[in-house]
Amino acid sequence: MAWKDLVIERRSKETLNALLFFSLALLFVFQFALGPDRERLASVLPGLLWLGFILSGVLGLGRAFVVERENDCWELLLLAPGDKSAIYLGKLAGSLVLMAVVEALMLGLFVVFFNIDLGAALPGLALVIALGTVGIAAVGTLFAAMTAQVRARELLFPVLLLPVLVPVLLGTVKATEALLLQEPLAAVAHWLKLLVAADVVYLAVGLLTFDVILEG
Amino acid sequence: MVAVPLIRAAGLVRVFGAQRVLDGVDLDVAAGEAVALLGANGAGKTTLLKIVATLLRPTRGTVTVAGHDCVRDAEAVRAVLGVVSHGAHLYEDLTARENLAFWARLRGLPADGATLTGVLADVDLERHADARVRTFSTGMRRRLALARLELASPRVLLLDEPFAGLDQRARKWLEGRLEAFKASGGALLMATHSFGRELGISDRLAVLAGGRVALDTPRAGLDPHDVQRLYAAHTEEIS
Repeated sequence: MAWKDLVIERRSKETLNALLFFSLALLFVFQFALGPDRERLASVLPGLLWLGFILSGVLGLGRAFVVERENDCWELLLLAPGDKSAIYLGKLAGSLVLMAVVEALMLGLFVVFFNIDLGAALPGLALVIALGTVGIAAVGTLFAAMTAQVRARELLFPVLLLPVLVPVLLGTVKATEALLLQEPLAAVAHWLKLLVAADVVYLAVGLLTFDVILEG
Repeated sequence: MVAVPLIRAAGLVRVFGAQRVLDGVDLDVAAGEAVALLGANGAGKTTLLKIVATLLRPTRGTVTVAGHDCVRDAEAVRAVLGVVSHGAHLYEDLTARENLAFWARLRGLPADGATLTGVLADVDLERHADARVRTFSTGMRRRLALARLELASPRVLLLDEPFAGLDQRARKWLEGRLEAFKASGGALLMATHSFGRELGISDRLAVLAGGRVALDTPRAGLDPHDVQRLYAAHTEEIS
């Protein structure tokens, strides 16, 4: 499933191109809005970074099942005998790869645009980003399947997704803020625990309920 | 001992809003038998196929496939089903070979390169194996969708207009494949609008009208004109 989604994305580049242009536009807006004030920048940067990740994630995840609908392949998945959670995991893996590519590029652009020195914070930041991305993708993949067949899916998907992501947003923004202030990883351990707990809950719910959601 | 039919629909009712599309359908398809489902547009042919395929739930009544209930035991039904519906169920940006390989993996079937090449050769798509489906004509897509039947070994086949868009060579291949399937003891339920050569594969004709099976008759001895006459007599459609 993940292989299929990534091959299709590599050839069509529909989602990746849209996300890259969106990220670039977002960075330009942030740059113009904030100007060169370093102090102001330091206080809002974690929020901006995750705003960018979340918005690009919502855009990308919202298209996770569009390929099935556009190619009339929803029934193909339904008719596959066996455990449907494998389909969920495959979709999740494909989304994670795509989100990781976009986030890596976005982080690189943030460093260039805002002249940030990540330095020693990078390994810890990578861990926070990985945990946050898994949480966003786990629940996003589930809701994308839930809304794929409804008419107002573009509206419904973020409306459903964003409130559920509050724990992830809280944990990632707070942990990122501390790490960018060069605090040690141990200082954000409680936020990391929150992220791990959220990831475990989202993944468990996704695996347990995907079958029911796919069947409609 | 009387053998249980591989497909058995009993008192099947399906309602969409205020519309009663199926209103007490009873239909059996035995092992080694092919039944052609005829009916006007909106008569409920596709709805019936979707219920048997576990893609729709009946409002009332029961359907069993190989003894498994289509609602309560959908997974067991899916394991013995082969379905070719209106949509080809193909990914436009994958090649013919990749589409087959993905479908085989999804169903847990072995799909080595030689097997896939052989299957694609059977439907005359060997030369296009590595071309994206986006570039395929309707007939080529249809042949690729049907090629999946070569990979799996279903006991029950559900086909919606299987001959639509096929050229003579592909029709001949499909007729041979379906005859072999019947000979192996499989049950075939096929929705069609055609009264011609396509019906040659079927042993019985079932005409859906008014939400019920208005006519269920053996096909042997009926020529296309007889079929057309019977069809007109049992539907409101002017033939």
